[in-house]
Amino acid sequence: MHISQAIKTVFAFMCLLGLSFGNHLIAADIDQLTAVINKIGVKGQGHAEARNAMSELVEIDPTDVVDILHGFDSKNVLALNWLRAAVDSVLESAHQNGKTIPLRELQAFLADTQNNENARRVAYEWIVQLDDSLRTNILLNSLNDPSLEIRREAVTEAVSASLKIKDAQKEVALSQLKTILSSARDIDQIEQITTHIESLGGTVDLTRHFGFLMTWNLVGPFDNSGTKGFDVAYPPEANVALDKTLEGKAGSVQWFEHTTMDPYGMMDLNVIMPEKYKGAIVYAYTTFDSSEDRDVEIRMGCVNGNKIWVNGKLITSNHVYHANTSIDQYIANARLHKGENEILVKVAQNEQEESWAQRWQFQLRICDKYGTAVLASGRK
Amino acid sequence: MEQPFSLRDASKHRKMYQMKVSSSIFSVIASIVGVLQCSGVDWAEFRGPNGNPVHDGTLPLKWDSSGTENVAWKASLPGRGVSSPIVVNDLVVITASGGANQQKLFVVAIDQQTGKQRWRRSFWATGRTYTHPTSSNAAPTPVSDGEYIYAFYSSNDLACLDLSGNLMWYRGLAHDYPKAGNDVGMASSPAIAGDVVVVQIENQGDSFASGIDRLSGEELWRVPRDPRANWSSPVAYKEADGGYTVLLQSPSGLNAVDAKTGNERWTKDLSCGNITSPLKIDDAIYFGAGGTTKLQLNDKGTTPEVLWSANRLTANAASPIVDGGNLYILSGSIIKSADSSTGDLNWQVRLKGRFWATPILSNGHLYFFNQDGLVQVVKVGEVGEVVSEFEIGEPVLGTPAAVGNNLFFRSDRHLWKISKP
Repeated sequence: MHISQAIKTVFAFMCLLGLSFGNHLIAADIDQLTAVINKIGVKGQGHAEARNAMSELVEIDPTDVVDILHGFDSKNVLALNWLRAAVDSVLESAHQNGKTIPLRELQAFLADTQNNENARRVAYEWIVQLDDSLRTNILLNSLNDPSLEIRREAVTEAVSASLKIKDAQKEVALSQLKTILSSARDIDQIEQITTHIESLGGTVDLTRHFGFLMTWNLVGPFDNSGTKGFDVAYPPEANVALDKTLEGKAGSVQWFEHTTMDPYGMMDLNVIMPEKYKGAIVYAYTTFDSSEDRDVEIRMGCVNGNKIWVNGKLITSNHVYHANTSIDQYIANARLHKGENEILVKVAQNEQEESWAQRWQFQLRICDKYGTAVLASGRK
Repeated sequence: MEQPFSLRDASKHRKMYQMKVSSSIFSVIASIVGVLQCSGVDWAEFRGPNGNPVHDGTLPLKWDSSGTENVAWKASLPGRGVSSPIVVNDLVVITASGGANQQKLFVVAIDQQTGKQRWRRSFWATGRTYTHPTSSNAAPTPVSDGEYIYAFYSSNDLACLDLSGNLMWYRGLAHDYPKAGNDVGMASSPAIAGDVVVVQIENQGDSFASGIDRLSGEELWRVPRDPRANWSSPVAYKEADGGYTVLLQSPSGLNAVDAKTGNERWTKDLSCGNITSPLKIDDAIYFGAGGTTKLQLNDKGTTPEVLWSANRLTANAASPIVDGGNLYILSGSIIKSADSSTGDLNWQVRLKGRFWATPILSNGHLYFFNQDGLVQVVKVGEVGEVVSEFEIGEPVLGTPAAVGNNLFFRSDRHLWKISKP
């Protein structure tokens, strides 16, 4: 038995004896309550128990609120919201009623980057709400914070500081901005920093920064009349043989290679294919040389119906047409093994005739869970 | 054997003695407060009471965006949004979203008198957060039964809070049904039908309507809907027998379902608009089919008959308004007034700009907010006349709310209270 567990057991025993601890729930109690909330499941499972637990959590002494933060578990995204609401209720009430809020404990919790990133974000928000003068110092050291929300603010602060010196110390500012760029993970910030760097005469390889895959083997069109082809397993789904001729929607088709020059890795099939096919499917295939066995996120932007397989395993399927698109629109987890990995993408165009429903395209990159590009071995 | 509640139970016993007396007193007070609160529902849903934004008060015809004329207060919001404010008791409640991908969700309660924030709650979206730039994750308007607030988002997150901001329950409907979502953005606002919160989630993926127990947050029913994008909001009304019916409008028709079970009561297979919402008033329904169609409800609750359809009365985004014998339809940038008993056009006035917000009618004046932040006030009567026109400097896409002689509206990043000093 761990020491902490032993301590909790002793406390629990004292509780059973009816010893009074004033209005404080002890840490073990709070652990139990957060555990109940962390059991919330889909479709309202566990709500009844969680509601009871919430009614007790919001009554805890505000000095104990860090115990709730320790209960955050990002694997349960629903429970995260229940627990952050409990923290906010407790601290907001304390703040409005002039009660003591454990600022130092919140700071210590934030400082430990091993703590849950969502919980640390909540701690950060309360710290700066209570004392905004602490914000700058916190953000100064948060450019690589595991919490992307905190990191985003740190990037904003750092960019602002660099821009203030850009006229007097251009090279220093340029160097700073390049460092900040390496920390930035949000698309809008990456694009803004790139603009600043280029305005100072610097260059940015956006394609590499994002890690878009630029070269694909393509074959098609296959039939998708009435969007029925989306669930038809055409030959590439069983086996990719780049030298084989296949029977497509309009006769024989063969694989061919295409490298996009678009800095965002966009593969525009209406341009690449010989005709602007409607009711059609194209398969795109490439290999990715990984330096190690690892988990990654496959991130795709695609305004058409799409499926992705990694090493023969289907990792996502989205039968949606012309409902907007963006970088990282679809994110799916995958496992890469060391060496060559196969990536197959199915891109389905429907038969809508509206002018806004003509695009047939995709862009794909591989990232870690923070959105950091994972590059193939040997990629320049 | 695992005993997950043992410590919690011990804790409860310890606290029970301390809390016993106070909880009894609290229960009595809570009951009284609950009754008072229920009587304090002022403008608690999308388009106001009964979904018909007709207000019985006197509002200023003009105000100054700099705050010098008729602006009681202007409160900053923690994020963007196109949802409408609701007014419950002395609170104005609004939703917003922020963060890199609008993943941060906010519910903000503002003191109606002072404009000061009473409380704010933040959540992380559990569904898809992408929207068209003009829209926002905070597009659906929250709804309240006077006891709780139900805040809904494009990401299909649904939070229930009490009027003090305490979370009662939280559902991630796209977490439950992962293909529910539309990257253009969803905007359908929830409705309350008795003890049921109804949401309409229609898109190319997991498309459905659902009835959720308002107290527990648990799913009572779920019915599949056409897998097509739809932004129309459900409308609930009480039947003579005390039960509730919910209207669900989508491109393939208008369906009426039992609020407790989701079972269909009747359907009208007419091609409908997918942005406007139906209006049920007295024993009639006005909705966007064939321009505008009026249905006559009957006593038996069976399929209502069509009284008229007027293809000249085609609304784009704004929903119909009825005031006595007058029907108002915003068709593109033209406001049209028609005879509500026949659909015959009385008059029309061309306005400026593009509109998403349903206007509000107050004291014989229609208040229009266009996408560019231009306010246009039209005096209605035998003819329509633009009597006021001014800029407020920010886009407005949500319908305003009104209580007494006060107008509340949300621009992109602010919540405003307009009233004469």
